[in-house]
Amino acid sequence: MAAAAEGISATRAPGARSRSYLQSDEAKGYTLISAPFLYALAMLGLPVVVVIAHSFWTQTYLTVDRTLTLENYRQAIFEPIYQDLLFRSLWISFTVSVLTVALAYPIAYFISFHGGRHKNLWLFVITVPFWTSYLLRVMAWKVVLGYNGVLNSALMGTGLTSEPSTAFLYNSTAVMITLTHAWVAFAILPIFVSLEKVDRTLVEAATDLGDGPIRSFLRVTLPLSLPGVIAALLIVMIPTVGDYVTPKMVGGTDGVMIANAIQAQFGRAMNKPLGAALSVTTMIAVCLMAGGTVLALRAAVRAFR
Amino acid sequence: MSAVRRLAANWLPAYAVLFILFLYLPVLLLPLFSLNNSASPRFPLSGFTLKWYAGLPKTPALLDAAWNSLIVGVSAAVLATVLGICAARALTRYRFRGQRAMQGLIMAPLVMPEIIVAVSILIIVLALGMPLTLLTVTLGHVLVCVPYSISVLISGFEGFDRSLEEASADLGETSFGTFRRVTLPMMAPAIISSLLVGFTISLDDFMMAFFLGGNDVTLPVYIWGQLRFAARLPGVLALGTLLLVASIVLLTIAELMRRRAQERTQTTGGLLA
Amino acid sequence: MPDATRPMIEIDTVTRSYGDFHALDRASLTIKEGEFFSLLGPSGCGKTTLLRLIAGFDQPTSGSIAIDGQPMDGIPANARPTNMVFQSYAIFPHLKVGENVAYGLKRMKLGAAEEKRRVDEALSMVSLAGLQNRGATELSGGQRQRVALARALVMRPKVLLLDEPLSALDKKLREQMQVELRRLQKAVGITFILVTHDQYEALAMSDRIAVMFGGRIAQVATPKEIYQKPVNRQVADFLGGMNFIKADLVEENGDSIVVDTAAFGRVKTDRPRAFAAKDREATLGIRPERLRVLWDDATAKHEIAGTVVERHYFGEITHLVVDVPGMEKPLSVTETNDFGADDLPLGAKIRLGYDPDALVALAD
Repeated sequence: MAAAAEGISATRAPGARSRSYLQSDEAKGYTLISAPFLYALAMLGLPVVVVIAHSFWTQTYLTVDRTLTLENYRQAIFEPIYQDLLFRSLWISFTVSVLTVALAYPIAYFISFHGGRHKNLWLFVITVPFWTSYLLRVMAWKVVLGYNGVLNSALMGTGLTSEPSTAFLYNSTAVMITLTHAWVAFAILPIFVSLEKVDRTLVEAATDLGDGPIRSFLRVTLPLSLPGVIAALLIVMIPTVGDYVTPKMVGGTDGVMIANAIQAQFGRAMNKPLGAALSVTTMIAVCLMAGGTVLALRAAVRAFR
Repeated sequence: MSAVRRLAANWLPAYAVLFILFLYLPVLLLPLFSLNNSASPRFPLSGFTLKWYAGLPKTPALLDAAWNSLIVGVSAAVLATVLGICAARALTRYRFRGQRAMQGLIMAPLVMPEIIVAVSILIIVLALGMPLTLLTVTLGHVLVCVPYSISVLISGFEGFDRSLEEASADLGETSFGTFRRVTLPMMAPAIISSLLVGFTISLDDFMMAFFLGGNDVTLPVYIWGQLRFAARLPGVLALGTLLLVASIVLLTIAELMRRRAQERTQTTGGLLA
Repeated sequence: MPDATRPMIEIDTVTRSYGDFHALDRASLTIKEGEFFSLLGPSGCGKTTLLRLIAGFDQPTSGSIAIDGQPMDGIPANARPTNMVFQSYAIFPHLKVGENVAYGLKRMKLGAAEEKRRVDEALSMVSLAGLQNRGATELSGGQRQRVALARALVMRPKVLLLDEPLSALDKKLREQMQVELRRLQKAVGITFILVTHDQYEALAMSDRIAVMFGGRIAQVATPKEIYQKPVNRQVADFLGGMNFIKADLVEENGDSIVVDTAAFGRVKTDRPRAFAAKDREATLGIRPERLRVLWDDATAKHEIAGTVVERHYFGEITHLVVDVPGMEKPLSVTETNDFGADDLPLGAKIRLGYDPDALVALAD
């Protein structure tokens, strides 16, 4: 009974019996979605194609040579500097996404199972920081970890150290801490949503069948919330691999990531094709890593049952 | 034994409290040090002052950036919400071939590294010979805001009982009249929520503005520029605090609106709702 | 006064298909002015589809619908002289009770005084006078149902369509509303078309009922006829308990048939429409309450004997399962508890009296 309310229209020609295509649900769906879809196509689909095209071209100063070449990819993949940056970026985004999910899961679980009437409030309080300026949050960590920063002055104030330490800022650990802090609130949402969908009687059934709280969690709750965990991993892993602000502000030389190299190609180095090749390589690499992680996670959860 | 058990039973709430501290403490340092009478942010605090805030209106570059942010934010929020309404309605109301693929592309900016999105738009803008201005920043922000706008609007549209619109038609109202008298008023809170979320994202976004803004500077880009000068940090902290407060106020209103929208659509109840 | 002979709705071989699936298959039906008409059937039988076609929310794939003599082809819902009470009630949650009722009147530009008068009138008709300024979200289920009714009636439609309007109410309120709806319909004299899957509701409220299965109309008749003389097994089964009895066809005349049965002997009954005896076999039906236990020395002109094998207590009645020699399946018998049916021991030998008119031949 998929009759649509909008099957009614005052301009309908009298006598028209079979519904014309324009009146069908499908046509109305296409009409409505066309504007946002075409926008995304023009602003994302098309540009991505152009980026891919660029990655096979070369640039000298301001002129782009459109002869197809794999030179950019050779550089992007085999030059030690880019190789290092890519692997470091992948490692950082992997660590951050795993840390994020590990930190977010208990909170999502707590809100979903013990949030009571205030679930919405909890969720709001926890997600608000995510919506505030990313730049400001990174800045806050710089204030915390800096040479003259909060952590050092606090440590010295309590007499634990006598000299400010440089160990906290300008390294990849600082990048990971900052990124984890920045994304953890966002990762809670998909996990929470999938936990909400877990039928509570299933957990009771598992308990009834003799599982303790930990076993019933591992055998019922966790596998059923896996889609949320996977979604959380992906929405953290993929965006963070290309983070620019955090490595620039708290990473120092030890924490530089691939995005900084990409930006350099579009800025000072004026080598758009290499920047494009780096972008494409990064995107493919992170997708492969994400896919591998998802498969490994599924296999691990299956082993628990 | 019982102490261990109590700890086991209560570790989740304790963890939740620690988690919120971890989430908020670094952010709360910004307002704290913006009120501190010292040029460098460090403990112990040296005294209360408002001078960093007083200095803000005396900086013309900052006022320009604020104005730019306002223009971009409002335009991006309105455009993204209009596109979001179309998409949310199409997705919640109709089934059509290719729906998932289309939705995937529209929502993709949510899960792509922002630098790659920014760089892709930059390449095409440069290829078209368009100048980098607030317009290009706005276009980029719309792309990023639409997925969020859709998420907010879908939660409003989903519970919407289709028979409400049918009832309106049944009572003699035209399609347009039904939209004006039933659909729009019911959706108003969700739409306002979407506008506020869009504005907040645009106001806070750095990457798009940084890559696509050319010489037109928005607030985050302005802040970025100031960070090179250690002496200006307190002023930046003050500005950041204001942005933080603005974001939180807007988001709180947006959340209240979104909840009102959900309450509205859910009270229609009945078996089919 | 409504003219009970004038056709109000004429449905002429209407089909509504979704691809290969026929939600409604060549339905033809005439509903008269002032009639309380029910479309009865299980979910997915096409009753709601038919109602939505009449309302104009959907268009027939083929066939035509006329309301009050006017063909409705291409006429949208907002231009039809019908109004609907939705299953979910569809009360506009952002409007007050009074504004909900006045929703359709606003377009008529009646003027504030006349509009208010009609809203007040409609609300008092459904016993909600004085609730004009109540918020729509503050109403109980029963009140929402009444607002939906007032909102539709205030439009003074020629036909009021009710889509399972009572299904969301609890049993007690539902029974009370059945009486009220029936009373209201008599008072306003408008044609009511009720969609329901509840056979008791249809039997209690309607002047006539159309029973539907699988997109087709199986039988159109008065409640009494539908219940007592169902045309086939499906209709008989849907309307309540029925004992099916195997019979051998002896004789077939134009309007009647004669069959032989093991327990009931030779029986002559009306010949149902669409009756076709396969291999000279036929099916008879008798409702459980048309078999009555003969206590002590009571006798009946027609009686059969059997043994009680099961007994189910239902408060005011007891349901007995009685094994009758020569019958494949035991008979179901519904007996009031006045004489102690609830105390009958299992294995008790009893005699059952019946009226041969209660035995009806059923098409398959």
